[in-house]
Formats: sequence, structure tokens, C-alpha cells
Amino acid sequence: MTTDSSGDVRLSGIGKTYGAFTAVHPLDLTVPQGSFFALLGASGCGKTTTLRMIAGLEEPSSGTVHLGDQDVTALPPYKRPVNTVFQSYALFPHLDIFENVAFGLRRRGIKSVKKQVEDMLELVQLGEQARKKPHQLSGGQQQRVAVARALINHPKVLLLDEPLGALDLKLRRQMQLELKRIQTEVGITFVHVTHDQEEAMTMADTVAVMNAGRVEQLGSPTDLYENPQTTFVANFLGTSNLIEAEVDTKNGDDIVLRAGGGKLVLPEARCSAPTTAGGKVLVGVRPEKISLTHADDAGEIPEGRNRITGRIAHSSFIGVSTQYVIDSQVCPEFEVYAQNIERDPRLTPGADVVLHWSPVHTFGLDAAQDIDAGIDEQAAV
Amino acid sequence: MATLTEAPPPPPPASPPAPSAPEKKPPRKRGRLTPYWLLLPGLLWLVVFFALPMIYQASTSVQTGSLEEGYKVTWHLATYWDALSEYWPQFLRSVLYATAATVLCLVLGYPLAYLIAFRAGRWRNLIMVLVIAPFFTSFLIRTLAWKTILADSGPVVSFLNTVHVLDVTDWLGWTSGDRVLATPLAVVCGLTYNFLPFMILPLYTSLERIDVRLHEAAGDLYATPLTTFRKVTFPLSMPGVVSGTLLTFIPAAGDYVNAELLGSTDTRMIGNVIQTQFLRVLDYPTAAALSFILMAAILLMVTLYIRRAGTEDLV
Amino acid sequence: MPVVNWLKRHLVVIAGLLTLGYLLLPNVVVTVFSFNKPKGRFNYEWQQFSTDAWKDPCGVAGMCDSLSISLQIAIWATIGATLLGTMIAFALVRYRFRARGSVNSLIFLPMAMPEVVMAASLLTLFLNLGAQLGFWTILIAHIMFCLSFVVVAVKARVLSMDPRLEQAAQDLYAGPAQTFLRVTLPIAAPGIAAGAMLAFALSFDDFIITNFNAGSTVTFPMFVWGSAQRGTPVQINVIGTAMFLIAVLLVLTSMVIGNRRNRQKA
Repeated sequence: MTTDSSGDVRLSGIGKTYGAFTAVHPLDLTVPQGSFFALLGASGCGKTTTLRMIAGLEEPSSGTVHLGDQDVTALPPYKRPVNTVFQSYALFPHLDIFENVAFGLRRRGIKSVKKQVEDMLELVQLGEQARKKPHQLSGGQQQRVAVARALINHPKVLLLDEPLGALDLKLRRQMQLELKRIQTEVGITFVHVTHDQEEAMTMADTVAVMNAGRVEQLGSPTDLYENPQTTFVANFLGTSNLIEAEVDTKNGDDIVLRAGGGKLVLPEARCSAPTTAGGKVLVGVRPEKISLTHADDAGEIPEGRNRITGRIAHSSFIGVSTQYVIDSQVCPEFEVYAQNIERDPRLTPGADVVLHWSPVHTFGLDAAQDIDAGIDEQAAV
Repeated sequence: MATLTEAPPPPPPASPPAPSAPEKKPPRKRGRLTPYWLLLPGLLWLVVFFALPMIYQASTSVQTGSLEEGYKVTWHLATYWDALSEYWPQFLRSVLYATAATVLCLVLGYPLAYLIAFRAGRWRNLIMVLVIAPFFTSFLIRTLAWKTILADSGPVVSFLNTVHVLDVTDWLGWTSGDRVLATPLAVVCGLTYNFLPFMILPLYTSLERIDVRLHEAAGDLYATPLTTFRKVTFPLSMPGVVSGTLLTFIPAAGDYVNAELLGSTDTRMIGNVIQTQFLRVLDYPTAAALSFILMAAILLMVTLYIRRAGTEDLV
Repeated sequence: MPVVNWLKRHLVVIAGLLTLGYLLLPNVVVTVFSFNKPKGRFNYEWQQFSTDAWKDPCGVAGMCDSLSISLQIAIWATIGATLLGTMIAFALVRYRFRARGSVNSLIFLPMAMPEVVMAASLLTLFLNLGAQLGFWTILIAHIMFCLSFVVVAVKARVLSMDPRLEQAAQDLYAGPAQTFLRVTLPIAAPGIAAGAMLAFALSFDDFIITNFNAGSTVTFPMFVWGSAQRGTPVQINVIGTAMFLIAVLLVLTSMVIGNRRNRQKA
């Protein structure tokens, strides 16, 4: 990666409204040169509109788009040094693969395109297919043509609009790695729009989670997963157990909370909500951080861990792990993923159990939010 | 998934979504007038040579005068009444013949459309070509061929005579004596023939869209082939049935070629009257009034029919 | 009862083929009677085999002239209607504008109007304007009634076209003109061609509207109409048969070529 900033994408106050409907609320966003940036969200969250405003295919209602130092807001798409890999590829059906890839070069008046196109097709391993029409290729091959057609122009930024959406799961995994490899190789800034949280986390350095036309949270995949700052992010990225709790006291760097009859400890640094005594906070914990112990062995649990009692409602064995749903006083459907290392035969539906986890795995969210935000969106995906 | 033993503090939001002051900018006009330029010539053509003539015709229908002295608008609405009272049999005949032809087209056309859509296999394209190809021979020549086919001494008439079909149709008033030519039957037969492709093509289009698996699903759910047709295939082909009947009925009701070539003075339809009044008698007000009544009647029937059949997007 | 069962299973096929026969019978008659040598003025009864008419297709006064007039009108009407109709179709699919509904009705109405009504009203207009009836009035009328059919054919094609293709072209440095020429037009071409073919067929074969607005100009359908009163020369059947054969051959060749191309590439 370079320190050159000519490939920065800088959005300032950019927003889009259609009549009374606001697709994208004015937002500021900087994508540094050479990074792999993902816009993640459910359909209709404004991620594609944002991408299309960078491409010039959508006119922003407010704000500006900068590429490096150049203000491109007023430039039509064909004058922007940006190329797009479209959803379902948009390969020209009347042109063969060679001509599809050569299209951008030819439009810029470059005469000798043969060598470049052949090299590019070689790079995406489609040299043999140059004279075929797009409909004669498989989905994965079409996808590679779309990437080649965009990359051959050496754009400052490559925009990818759900580029893997039409592929089956296995091929999608393969292409994820492939795209990541190409990005590292060419060093171009990639802006990737997807609704698939796993895809975003596997490929991107930085992920912006969008919801209802706003960026909910921005950060590295680990940051987002470990420290979600809104219920939407907590529920949309993976699964979270959220418990309504009340602030009791502060103890050094930790906050002590009351939930049900018990107490929970939350490091203050991991709480994104205001914590005045008596105030409400949503306490979250990821299902795989939780350990499950049979109620008879409750005494063996080390001190200093957060604990909740409950009863196993049902369990499903899925090979690498077992997923339990626990009924407890503080949360009706507590999810726990236990790795299948040593299985306790007593942990069957109906058994009384104690759930416990380390306070450092706890996060705190503002209780004023909808506790279920992001769950339906994830299910819809 | 990544696991952390020690949780880092939440990172400061790199660039929080901050609303910034909306800049006042003149909206860029990327070809806002383009659609109007694209529409202008064609619509102008339709307005001047389709809509405007309708208005002229409306005005002509309430004029009085003569060819020699010229016509003046006198709001002489009696022309309408006179035209209707004199030519109501031709109007009635047009509706009857067109209805009969439309029903026949549906009955004859449906099996062929069904055959092309579901049973033709690799012959599908060939049959389609055969349905469309006759279009390339002038329809007048093809209509004249019916004069040969239905000729008094021809095989069709002698066969129908032998099996006594003509006795029945004579009794019904469809034919007269030993003749088919110059009878209502010949005219309806010609109308049916001429507009059959207009029934088959929309039927085929809507049948072809039906997923064959729906037939299998219906069979799987204990429907006999006939029930499957009644409850699944036919309802799904309704858009085709509606546009097919309209495309057949409208031109058939206004046609005068078949009545002229295959019929007699007793089978004259309203088209024949309008044509004669306009081109031979030169009684323009009456002709205009008749043509206006025909248009109004057809528009009315079509609107009622579409509302009944419930298919609105025909274009 | 195997026979009854077989009939039951193939009822649709039999009925369909009978209809096809009904559709094709007149063409068979036209073809057979192009080899007739009629006694009187009318070619309705079979007399004896002869190839006279095929050897001298233009041997009837005025027929080939009318054919040439029909061809000229059809070509110009096709060009005019295709151009205007394609523009309207693009405007309807690609842009939002006021009065969309009225525009749609104005395009739909000519197709829902009996020809005789359009013919009569157009004649009223021409008479009122004192226009000289002839080639130009026929051409104007033909462009008018072909226009809507072109719009429908092109609209269907443009509607099914992915708008992302044009965006992709723009994204790949093609300006508006280049995008239209290199992407939009080639992809919409089959729809435009279908519309043009329809316009040609409609114009070439039109009788009713032409009959009202032709004045003393005689197109081929008008020649046929006139001969139905005066006497039908065998040459009419020759022309009818030739047109049928040319059409079928053209379509079949294009189908064979299309099939072969697909097979080679697959």
C-alpha cells in the first residue's frame, strides 16, 4: 500500500432524497487510498445509493464527492476515474468477452488494445473464452469478466455492487478470496457493497454498517463484532444476547448492574451508553463467549464471572458446536454456542444451568434503542 | 470468528455520520427536456392525423348542406337519429357477425395456440411461421380464394349438401338454398379466417408464460385434465383471451371487405354503409354520424368488456 | 378402447392442426389457381393447368405499377413509423414526464379503433383542408396507423433491457451519444426490427384506410379490390404465391442460420 492519497474517496455531507423519502442522510466518510472498504446493510439501507453517488450514476441531493484532491461531484460517470462491477454484472450481451473488456479502453480512444485485453483476460484466467458471448459463460466466469472489464482501466477506485450476490455459496467463498487477492495485488481502493455480513468481514479492512440511510458504525471487522455500539449492529452482525439492566454502582473502571435478581459487571470503557446510577442500559454478550455449567456444579464456577441461571429450552447439535436456547428470568431466549470439546451429558432440555462469562466480553448499549433492531433485516438477508 | 481475551476500548468513530449544511446549488439539468423532444414528432403526427380528424368528423356529422353549396355547422343532430333509424339493421348485423366471428376465433384458435405452446416441441417454430406467413399474401387475394372454396359447384358445398348440413343452416337463416356464398355463413367464415391470427398470437403469448409444472401440480392435486384446464390453464390465459377477443372483435365489427366479397346485399354491414355513403353517395354528414356511432359503440363495449374481464394493461 | 383413448389424448393436437389447415387452405388455393387457365374474366373455377401467368407476371395492365406504388409507400411508411415510434417508445420507458397517461391513450386508441372510422375521419380532414388525395395522403395515413404498433414492439424490448447496461457503458467512459450508439441501439435492435417488419406488413397489405384516402392512386390491394369487380387475372395469384414463398423462405433461412450459429457457439 502507498501513502499516496490520490485514491482517497472523500464524501462530505453527501445525501440523497427522492421526494419526501430520504435514501441517504447527509454523511461524511473517508476511504483511504488502497483500502478495502465495505458498505454493509440490508436492502434499502442506502448503501447502493451511496456507491452510485461515488460512481456518478446518482446525483447527490447535497454534499460533495472528492477523489483525492479532485471534486468530482459535477462530473458525469464517463468522466470519473472510477469503475464499477455491477450487480448481476451488466455485461453487454451483444459483444463478446474480448470486446466487453476492451470497451473502456476503446471509448478513451486507445487504439492498440489487444495486448492489454489479453493480459487482463489471462489474469482472470479467461484467455480461452475471449470470443464467446457473455451468456455462454458460467456465473463465476461472468463475474470475472466484469472485474476484468473494470480493472483494465486502472481506475483510482473500484466500486463493487453486490458482485457475488448471484453466485452459489461455494463459488462465493472462492471469489471472496480471489477478489481480496486481486485487491492486494493491484493496490487500488475497493469500495464493496454487500448485505452479507460474513462477506464484508472476510474481505474488508474497514466496514461501515448502514441502516435506514445512516452509517450506524464504522470500524474494522473485529471492532464491529466485539464492540457493537448500537443494537442494530449487535443484532445484524452475528447474534447477540441483550439484557435490560439498571445501573447500580460504579466500582473503579467497572459498572455494576442489576438484572433480574442478580448482578452483572461491565467495563465502563465497553459501554457506549450514558451510565448514571439508576439509568437503564442494555447489556450484551455474544453466544460463543458464554460457558454453560449444570446447576449442580454451580460451586465450581470461578469468582468474578457474570452469571445468570436458567433452564435449557432446547438444544441442537451442529457438529463443531452445540447451540442451546436457555429460558431465564432476565432474557427469555438466551443463545449459547458451546464447542464440542467435552460434552456434559446432563445438558439436555429441561436441565437447570448456570450461564457465565467474563466481564470483558460484556458490552453495554443505550437502552433507548429498539432491542430487536437488525434482527428482521438479518433474517431477510 | 475472532475471539478476544481482552476487550479493547471502543474505537473513536472514524467519521461519524454528521449532517452538514445543505449547500445551495442549482439543480443540474441533465436532459430534462429530452423526453419531450423524443415525443414531439410522433405525438404531433397522431394529434394532427388521428385526433384532429376525429374532431373534424364530429363537426361534419352535425353539418347540413350539399356538395355544391358547401356544408355548414347547424347542430343538426337529427342526422344521427335518421342514420340510426335507417341503418340499425346493418349495425345489428355488424355486432352479430363480429360476435360470431370472435367466438369462432376463440374456439378454433385456442387449440392451436395451446398446441404451439405446450405440445409442438421442436415443431413450434415451424407452426409459428405457418400461422404468420399467410399475412404476406395480400388478405384480399386470400379472401377471394374463399370464393373458390365455397363455390356453388365446389367440393365443400356438395359435401355439406350431401350430409344435409345446408338444410339445417338454411332453416336457421345462415345460408339460403344450396348456396353458401352470398350468405351470412360465408361472411362470418371470412371474418373468422381473416382475424384468426389476431386471436392466436395473444393467446399463445399468455399460454407460453404458464409454467408447465402448474399442470403437473394440478394433476398431482387430483385434478383431471379437464378440471386442470378449467381451473388453472384457462384462468391464467385470460389476458390473452381478453386482448385476443378485442383484437378480433374491433376490426371485424368495422370490416366491409368480407361482406362485400363474400356476401350479398342482404349481408351488408355498417362498414359497407359508411364506405358507400362516403365514397359513392358523398353524403358526408350521414357517413360521419354513422362512423361516430360505430366508434362510440365500440369504445363503450370495449370499456364494459375490459371492466368485466378485469385486464387493464393491454398495451 | 385404444383408438378412443388415442383420440382423447391427442384431441388438442387434432383440433389445432385442423385450425392450421383452415388458416392455410386459402394459400393452397391461391397457389393452385396461379397455374389455372380460366375461361372467363374470373379465376374462381379450375379449368386447365398452365404456367402462362408465371411466365408473364406483369402481363396485366397496371398491376405491376400498383405493386411498385405499394412497395414505395410501405418502405417510406416503415421508415417514418419506425423512427417516430422508436423515439416515443424510448421516451415512454426511459423518462418520467407529465401527461404520461394521455400519451399512452393516444397511442392505444388507433389500435382500438375500427379502420373504417379512422379512414373516414382522415378523409374528412383532407377534404376540409382541400388536400390533393394520392401518394402523400396514403403515406401520411399509413405512418399514422403503423406508429402505435412500432411503439408497442419497441417498448416491449426496451422494457426488458437492463438499465444497468447503459450505466455500465457510462461507467466505462462512453458519453451519452456513444452509449446510445454502442449499447442501447444494438440491444434494442431486435425490437426495432420487429416493429419495422410489422409496419411494413401492415402498410403493404392495407386496404380500408388506403381506399378512402387514395384518390386516383392505385395500390396493389386496391388493384385486387378493383379486379374483384372487373375480373381477376391469374397474375394476382402469382404475386400472392410468390410473396408467401419469399416470406416463408426468408424466415426459414434466418431460423436455420440462427440455429447453426447458436450450435457453433454453445
